[in-house]
Amino acid sequence: MPPIADEMSDSALRMTNISLTFADGTQALDNLNLNVQSGEFVTIVGPSGCGKSTLLRLASGLLAQTQGLCDVDRTSLGYVFQDPTLLPWRTVRRNVELNAELAGMDKPSRLKAANAAIELVNLTGNEDKYPKQLSGGMKMRCSLARSLVLQPNLFLFDEPFAALDEITREHLNDELLHLFQNQNFASLFITHSIQEAVFLSTRVLVMSARPGRIIAEHAIDFPYPRHPDIRYQSDFAEICGKISADLKVAHS
Amino acid sequence: MSRIRRPSLRVNTLLPMATFACFIAVWYLYATFNYDNPVQRRNALPYPHEIITDGFMPVTDKVNGLRPILGYMWPTVKVTILGLSIAITLGIALAVLMNLSRSVERALFPYAVVLQTVPILAITPLLTQLFGEELGVRLVVTVLIAIFPVITNTLFGLQSTDQMHHDLFTLSHVSRRTRLWRLELPSALPSLMTGIRIASGSAVIGSVVADFFFVKGEKGIGYYIRTRQQKSIERPEMFAGTITASIFGVLMFLLVGWVTTRAIRDWHDKD
Repeated sequence: MPPIADEMSDSALRMTNISLTFADGTQALDNLNLNVQSGEFVTIVGPSGCGKSTLLRLASGLLAQTQGLCDVDRTSLGYVFQDPTLLPWRTVRRNVELNAELAGMDKPSRLKAANAAIELVNLTGNEDKYPKQLSGGMKMRCSLARSLVLQPNLFLFDEPFAALDEITREHLNDELLHLFQNQNFASLFITHSIQEAVFLSTRVLVMSARPGRIIAEHAIDFPYPRHPDIRYQSDFAEICGKISADLKVAHS
Repeated sequence: MSRIRRPSLRVNTLLPMATFACFIAVWYLYATFNYDNPVQRRNALPYPHEIITDGFMPVTDKVNGLRPILGYMWPTVKVTILGLSIAITLGIALAVLMNLSRSVERALFPYAVVLQTVPILAITPLLTQLFGEELGVRLVVTVLIAIFPVITNTLFGLQSTDQMHHDLFTLSHVSRRTRLWRLELPSALPSLMTGIRIASGSAVIGSVVADFFFVKGEKGIGYYIRTRQQKSIERPEMFAGTITASIFGVLMFLLVGWVTTRAIRDWHDKD
């Protein structure tokens, strides 16, 4: 573990007293505080409709808060959507190049970066395929590679694996952890799955039903690299149970 | 194993051929039983084989048969292709403008609808006054008829761009132009292609109709059909001209369909 320096300077995302009320009067978030240190993998679990996705949209700048402060470097942000959002008219390679291309990177550099990212997510050999030829898991890998190309400091994950089957999801969880350890990015991850949250994270936050607030926090101490089988250990189940209990409170 | 099978080539060709055979049979029966006098029948509804022998044949004569028909076809082909090209270019440009600005859309779209509903034939005197009686007015009629499907389908395509794709581009802080060229236009391509395909059929109708009403300048197949309508002895020629114009319409539709399908078949879901 790197020594924790000054807390302010080492923060990848800091949200202070954030509130958001939509134009129709719905209060989505209420006085929410959140801090993601660099090198941290923070996951938010919460009842559906509690404003988890809204939180990510705020962090990325797609939405503006009504109150509070959001301190984040938006030039170095990776956003992985729930849907792979690949452009169907582009091949895998051209999709992976997209963010670099829109950022104005020249062709040889972005081609190199894209090939490296494709290798990182194990999609080598599929560069010239179109999205319609890919499986759900491969599409998500491609989406991940697209965000990896610019090597962002902070990743925002909006339930990226929710639509995948259990096996593919666990497989991608392993790969994501591998990337997290090697690429040194901070993560804010959203999921419905407690098991996924515990397996991936250094910290799990529980969000209340709307208006969303953070109502509980659990540090996950399993050392990295984490073996897939830790999911079946008793201490793993124990912490899942605690989070599950908090979620029941969050629902009410 | 998939239960849905593509119909075989045999079914694909045999079924339409059977329909065609029925159609021809009904034609013969109707022509035979509806007229007592054979001359009267030939001059009103000739048998299909008479259309070939008296309309299309001889094939190479300068005055009768297929050669003059093709000669009259050529100006119509030119007007159709030129008019269609203008309709596509102008239609896409208008749709892009409407997509860029809600106000432009509100200001223009009602008139795009009016274009489609106004009976063009009723305003031919006005059009003649504005655009003369030669190439200009023929192009105008063709464009007026062909542009609506291009505008509506392109606009629909541009506006149906996936919201999450928009978010993706917003996160990269792109310019309006980049969003249009890299995201909206490619997204709109499949429905744009549908618009062009519909327009290609309409353009043929437009140029043939224009031939009917504007007799100056290069005379097209519509003129040939109209003049053959006037003498009942030339009824087979009239049918031959009409059939040739229809075949051209079908060829345009198939050609444009082939080109547009090729343009998107690699990535588009529906194939």
